[in-house]
Formats: sequence, C-alpha cells, structure tokens
Amino acid sequence: MNKLSNQRAWLFVVPVVLLVAFNALIPLMTVVNYSVQETFGNNQFFWHGVGWFEQVLKSERFHASLLRQLAFTTMILLIEVPLGIAVALCMPRKGPWVSVCLVLMALPLLIPWNVVGAMWNIFALPDIGLLGKMINGLGIDYNFTQQPVAAWVTTVLMDVWHWTSLVVLLTYAGLCSIPDAYYQAARIDGASGWAVFRFIQLPKLNRVLTIAILLRFMDSFMIYTEPFVLTGGGPGNTTTFLSIDLVKIALGQFDLGPAAAMSLIYFMVVLLVCWIFYTAMMRNEGQS
Amino acid sequence: MAKITLEGIRHSYPSDGREQIWALEEISQVWEDGGAYALLGPSGCGKTTLLNIISGLLKPTRGNILFNTDDVTETTTSARQIAQVFQFPVVYDTMTVFDNLAFPLKNRGLPKTEIIPRVHEIAAMLDLTESLDRRASGLTADGKQKISLGRGLVRSDVNAILFDEPLTVIDPHLKWQLRSKLKQLHQQVGTTMIYVTHDQTEALTFADKVVVMFEGKVVQVGTPQELFEMPRHTFVGHFIGSPGMNVLPCNTDENGVRCLGVSLGLIEKQPGKGNQLEVGVRPEFVFFDELGIPVRVNKVDDLGRYQVVEVEADGQILKMVVPESESIPSENPCISFDLDFTKLYRDGWMVDSEETA
Amino acid sequence: MSRSVKWLVPTIYILFLMLPIYWLISMSFKTTNEILGAFSLWPQEFTLENYKKIFTDPTWYNGYINSLIYVVINTVISVSVALPAAYAFSRYRFLGDKHLFFWLLTNRMAPPAVFALPFFQLYSATGLFDTHIAVALAHCLFNIPLAVWILEGFMSGVPKELDETAYLDGYSFWRFFVRIFIPTIAAGIGVAMFFCFMYSWVELLLAKTLTSVNAKPIAATMTRTASTSGYELGLLAAAGTLTIIPGAFVIYFVRNYIARGFALGRV
Repeated sequence: MNKLSNQRAWLFVVPVVLLVAFNALIPLMTVVNYSVQETFGNNQFFWHGVGWFEQVLKSERFHASLLRQLAFTTMILLIEVPLGIAVALCMPRKGPWVSVCLVLMALPLLIPWNVVGAMWNIFALPDIGLLGKMINGLGIDYNFTQQPVAAWVTTVLMDVWHWTSLVVLLTYAGLCSIPDAYYQAARIDGASGWAVFRFIQLPKLNRVLTIAILLRFMDSFMIYTEPFVLTGGGPGNTTTFLSIDLVKIALGQFDLGPAAAMSLIYFMVVLLVCWIFYTAMMRNEGQS
Repeated sequence: MAKITLEGIRHSYPSDGREQIWALEEISQVWEDGGAYALLGPSGCGKTTLLNIISGLLKPTRGNILFNTDDVTETTTSARQIAQVFQFPVVYDTMTVFDNLAFPLKNRGLPKTEIIPRVHEIAAMLDLTESLDRRASGLTADGKQKISLGRGLVRSDVNAILFDEPLTVIDPHLKWQLRSKLKQLHQQVGTTMIYVTHDQTEALTFADKVVVMFEGKVVQVGTPQELFEMPRHTFVGHFIGSPGMNVLPCNTDENGVRCLGVSLGLIEKQPGKGNQLEVGVRPEFVFFDELGIPVRVNKVDDLGRYQVVEVEADGQILKMVVPESESIPSENPCISFDLDFTKLYRDGWMVDSEETA
Repeated sequence: MSRSVKWLVPTIYILFLMLPIYWLISMSFKTTNEILGAFSLWPQEFTLENYKKIFTDPTWYNGYINSLIYVVINTVISVSVALPAAYAFSRYRFLGDKHLFFWLLTNRMAPPAVFALPFFQLYSATGLFDTHIAVALAHCLFNIPLAVWILEGFMSGVPKELDETAYLDGYSFWRFFVRIFIPTIAAGIGVAMFFCFMYSWVELLLAKTLTSVNAKPIAATMTRTASTSGYELGLLAAAGTLTIIPGAFVIYFVRNYIARGFALGRV
C-alpha cells in the first residue's frame, strides 16, 4: 500500500511514545548510569568507564549462562516449531472439534508463569509427582532436583508444554486462510502430500511462522519465572539462564554495576538477533 | 482425450438438517470429445459442483461418470488427467513461471528432456516465454491465470480442460483478449473444454454448445442459436437474451390460446396436465402491427443500434425490440407476435404447439 | 498420512497438555497428608479445605482482585493508545516512522529482568509503588508494542478506499474512526486485547517487584506461600487451579476469533 506522507500522524503516536518512553527510557538510563559507575555504598558513585562491561564480557559465569541460554533457546525452537506445525497440520479444519481443540490448546498460554513452574514442579517431583513416579516406575532413575540432565529435560519439556500451542495456533490460523482452490489445483496437478506442504502450505505460512519464531525466540531468551520456580536454576547452576543469573547478581548480591552492564549486553544480544530477523522479514516481503 | 458421459449424477452436500437437499438433481449428459462447451447458469445453480464432480474433486452422491467407456467415478483427480482453471488464479508463489508450468509434469515423473521443450512450447502459446524465469507471485492477475491455464495445457494427455469462471478477476479489456485466446487455443489443441460462467456473452462467444443449468438441473443444451430461438424453459428465455423473453399468463378456449385478452391463433398440440400455461415470446419477435393487440407505450430506451420499448396491455408489461429506423406509432399502437417464435410453456417447460389454420 | 491416524496427533498432544493440569487440580483436592504420604492418582480423601482457605483469607482472595484490576487497566490503556498509533503506522508515512516502529518493538524484546530494579526505583520515586496503576503502567512496556504491532497488521488489511469513501460521505475523522473503522477491525481489537490480557496476567517478575501489600498479585502471594510457610502443596495447587479460570474464560470468549485472528491480520 502506498502511504500518504503526513507529519501530523505523529500526533497519533505521541501517547504511545510517551507511555513507552516513560517505561523504557528512564529505567534504561538508570541502567546505563549504573553500568559505568562504581559504588562503595552510602549512595556515593564513582566513574568506572567501561570496566564493568569488560568484566562481564570476560567473566566465565556470563559465558556459561549465555551458552546455556543459547542452548536452551535453540533446543526449544527446534522442538516447538516442527511439533507445532505437525499438530496444526493434523487438526480438523471444521466441525465441533475445532473449538474444543483450540480452547484446550490455548489453556497453557494463559496460566501465570510461576503457576506453570509450580505445576511442573509438583508434576515432576519424583516422590509426589505423576511424571516423576511414572519415569521412575519405568526403571529410569529420575530426579530433576539433583540430576542436571533430568533438570534440563524437565525444563525443556515444561517449555514445550507451555508454548508449543502458540506455534500451533499461529500455524493453524495460517493454514485456515489458504483458499481451497490451492489444494484442488494441487490435486489436479498430481502433487504429492509432501509437495503440497513444500510448495503451498509452507510458502503461505511464511509470515505467521516468522512471527511465531520471533515471539518464541524473544520469550524464551527472557525466560525467568518458570525455570526459577521449577528448579531455582539448579542443581548447581545447570539451569541458570541469563535472566536468573542477572536477578541473582542484581538483587541477590546487589552488584549493581556488573548487573547493569550485563543487562545492557543481554538486551543488545536480543536486539541484534531480532534486528536480523526483522530485516530478513522485511526483505522477504519486499520481494513478493 | 475422451468423451465424457454423466449417468444419473445426483449430489447433495452433507448438512445438519434431516432433509437432504440436492445441489444437483439427476443429470445425464454427454460431452463429446473435442467440444467447446459452456456451462451457463446463475450463481448457486450447481455449475461448480458439476465441474468438481467431473474433475473428481467431489464424489457424486449417486450416479456414474464415464471417460469413453471407462467408469471413473472412483478414480482420483490426478489419475483422471483433467485440468482445471479456477476463479481466482492459483500459482505456486515460491516457484518461477517455468517451474509452475513444469510442476504437473514433474509430479508425473517425466524426464527433464521432455519437460523443457514442452514447457517452452506452452509458454510460447500463452505469450509467457519472456517471463519464464520470473517469480510467479510477481505477475498480474491475467498473467497468473495464464499460468494456471498453462499448467493444464502442458500435459499432452489431458482428457478435458475445465474452466470455473476464469475471467472473474481479470480487467475488462484483458477479458476479451484472454477469451479469444481460449477460443484460439481450443482450435489449436482440440481438447474438450468446459467453461463455467454466469455471463451469457462469455458463454455464447466461447462455446459451440451451451449447457444451461437452473436449480441443480440441466434445462437445455444447444447452440447459441437454439437457445435464442427455442428456449426449452422459461428460465432459458429469461436468462439468455437482453432483454429476456416476455412470459405472459394465458388460458385456452375452443379457439386455442388466449393471451392479453385476444386469441393468439396458437393451440397446444397435446393438451397436457399441469397448472400453469404461459406464452413466451422474445422482444425481438414482437412488432408493431395495426391489426394487433392494442397497447400503451410506457417507455422507450434508445440503445443506439435498436430501441427497447416497454408496452402495457391488459395489465401485463412486455418488452419489444424495435429497429432504430422504425418509428413508434404515436396513436393507438398495436402489436403482434411472430408465431413461429412464440412458444407455449406448461409449468415452465416448453410444450409443442401449432398455429391454427 | 492417512486420515484415520491423523486425529491421533492432536489428541495425544492435548492429552500431554492436560496431564499436568489434571495433576494440579487433583492435588488441590487432596490433604497435605495425602500429598506427602501415599501416592494416589486421584484424591482419596476428597477435601475442599484448600479452597475454603483461599476464599476466606483476605491475603489470598485480595491477590486475585489485585491481579484482575491491574490486568484490566493495562489492557484498556494498551489497546486504547495503540489504536490511533497503529492507524498512523498503517496509513501514513512520517518522519522516522520505520525507526519508531522498530524502537517500539525493541521494548517488546527487553527482558523484564533487566528492568526490574530500575522500575522499582522509578516507581518508588514517583510515589506509585504498590499501586495497581504501577503494575498496569509497567506492563505497558511490552503490551503497547505488541498491541501496536497486531493492530497495525489488521489495519493494513483494510483497504484505504474505506477511509476515502467515508470522508467523501462527509464523515469527520473521529466519527469515521469510532463508527466505521473500529467495528471493521473488531476481530483485531479482540486479538490485541487477548494478547494484552494474556501477557499481563501471566507476568510475575515486574508485578512482584512493584508491589508489596496493597496491590500484591495472586502469583506473588503464591511464591510467598511456597517459600515462607513451607510447602503447603494443596493450598498452592488450589490457588494455581484458580488462576487458570480467568484465562479459560477469556479463551472461551475469543474461541471463534482464534483461528482467524491469530494470523495477525495478514498472511
């Protein structure tokens, strides 16, 4: 759509800008402020330059939690996106079951995040949880509070449980908007089921899938509450993701300088990845 | 290529209600090999349903479909070797024009050496050669519709090409161009073509034979001329021609049919049962005649090449087409019907009639 | 894949989704003794004690009321300021529009953990700490960009001719906007509200940071139970079960829009 040039459109945007700026810029300035200063208590601050940034970037602790974060995000994207597409493809297109499916599937999305953590905690605990009992019943020694591998599996499983539905709903919505004529044309052209997926469904899903992946990337990269309630970042530090580590440093140890520096680096990483996505998406749109 | 025979096809879509509603009621129809047919009718008369049954996208509730002598009722769409062009252009967005055209052939496992020349041949026919390397999604609506058509033509073994209102989304000035292209292609490749439309001009210019459908039934099959001169159903009279046929209530007495308060000099050959008897006469076959039925002229529309005159007699409104050169009588106008083209209809269907001596 | 096994995939998936929820609900009807004692698939000594406690203890039920209040305030603010902004983005070009849009989206990407402490300081300084409005405003940080993004998508799907026709018919801008445009994108507004409600309802970190007593959300009340009074698992499960209900209600109301609306207006 070719848009009209109209500078007065700014007036429409002002309320949004003010509200978001109040929430974003002032706290961001505070963070920037802390990140370049050193304090010895008593509200006395000294210029520290980029020292905290250097310290964070060089710290093994930061490397470790960043690595864990990347591993976690990659894993859940690799599981949730294909699984979500598969479930959406198998869902009925019409009939009374559609509503039932959609409502039940959307349910996990609207449960407060700490409840999700708590729910999975009592679900997976080896002594009182259904899942824990079942796995141990199969003869596998499983205790997510003590075994790093079990903790990881449980955390990933919880995230899959929590968020795959978002991918399903988006994909399903995308699938429903493909006109019947495409499927009919494919049948006439003798296309196989795979060809229908590859040349009709996937291209038409391009946009919703981009949104789904973007949302899943952002949310999983910021994940805090669910793993914090489930495992508390443990055993040891094995499930301490970036946010958990950050809160530990900032509120637990009150190391404001390093926490602020880490916040900014963290934010930059998210921004960078999203920017790459955003430009790729826009370029794709420009082509078609 | 094949002759397509429909034997007693009925279809109803699944519905929640107890009553079964037939979208198609009992259709038996033969489509000769190599014919250019138009399937004409108003929206919702079952044209698309019938088309989808022929291509196998729908399985009829009752009845059989034969290609030549083979029963294909249970055969899948792709095995029927049918091509179909839809109302809205369907192209595979991510592929180039070349790949779009080659898609049906690749799916059927043809070797590259056969695909490439074939695609170029079809592209040349459709004037698509220059855009072969472009992404199909970037083309205009008529370009896309050419691609869907091309995907049908590219298979040398298609039994028939079906068109489902293919020109709906095309700009008017390109419509005409594409329609003559279709006609030309039909002469070039000689495949059976069935063209669904609700536009009589499209149907009459494209087809050798027009199949008129109404409320799930085929009401008449004929050449454009037959449809014009001998509408077998009052619906055909209404639907084809502009303005449509005049249909007037009438009754009979010992002298034959009386209409507009006068005896027409027409009798029903075999007086049949049924409730409603009507007289149908096209505006083209009504003329001013000093000895005819007195009428009042309501209005005159001058359309340039001819005039459409609306007259009233005995409380009935009639339309008549009067040549541009002829003047409208100003005093005591009277009209007559050309009895050769005045037909009797009982319950909507034409009945045999003859002129009384 | 053949038609006969196709329904199995969503069925198994839904079963997987329902299992933890079932466990939570079943546990909410168990006594603490039963939970910690013998393992049982369903409550042996069925009890409503846990629910009774929640409905009679003000620290519990106030948590629900607090949560609902700030969620509703946030949803209303986010959608009403996002509407004109999304209209501007979808219809006009103006200085810095693309950058502004991207900047808005970046706030959706800001990890709440980054902002927790500065938020605490900011809202303490402005005297809003421990009020519903504080949480509602804080959640605007990620909900406004999301609402603008969703609504912009829907509005771009509405042809510009609609606006032009309305102006030709003599509508003033605001009358057109309220009487014609908003009803046209009702589904989009529904979806935007759904997402705002969802993200505000489920967020805990900021809500917990910005409240202490008066506006304490239910989710935070639960963490307190978990940490201070030992593991009162039955009570925790009952509280958790109750937090699912508002979400279930919201989904039920938007169920017919889900399939259409989740495509975010343009595919």
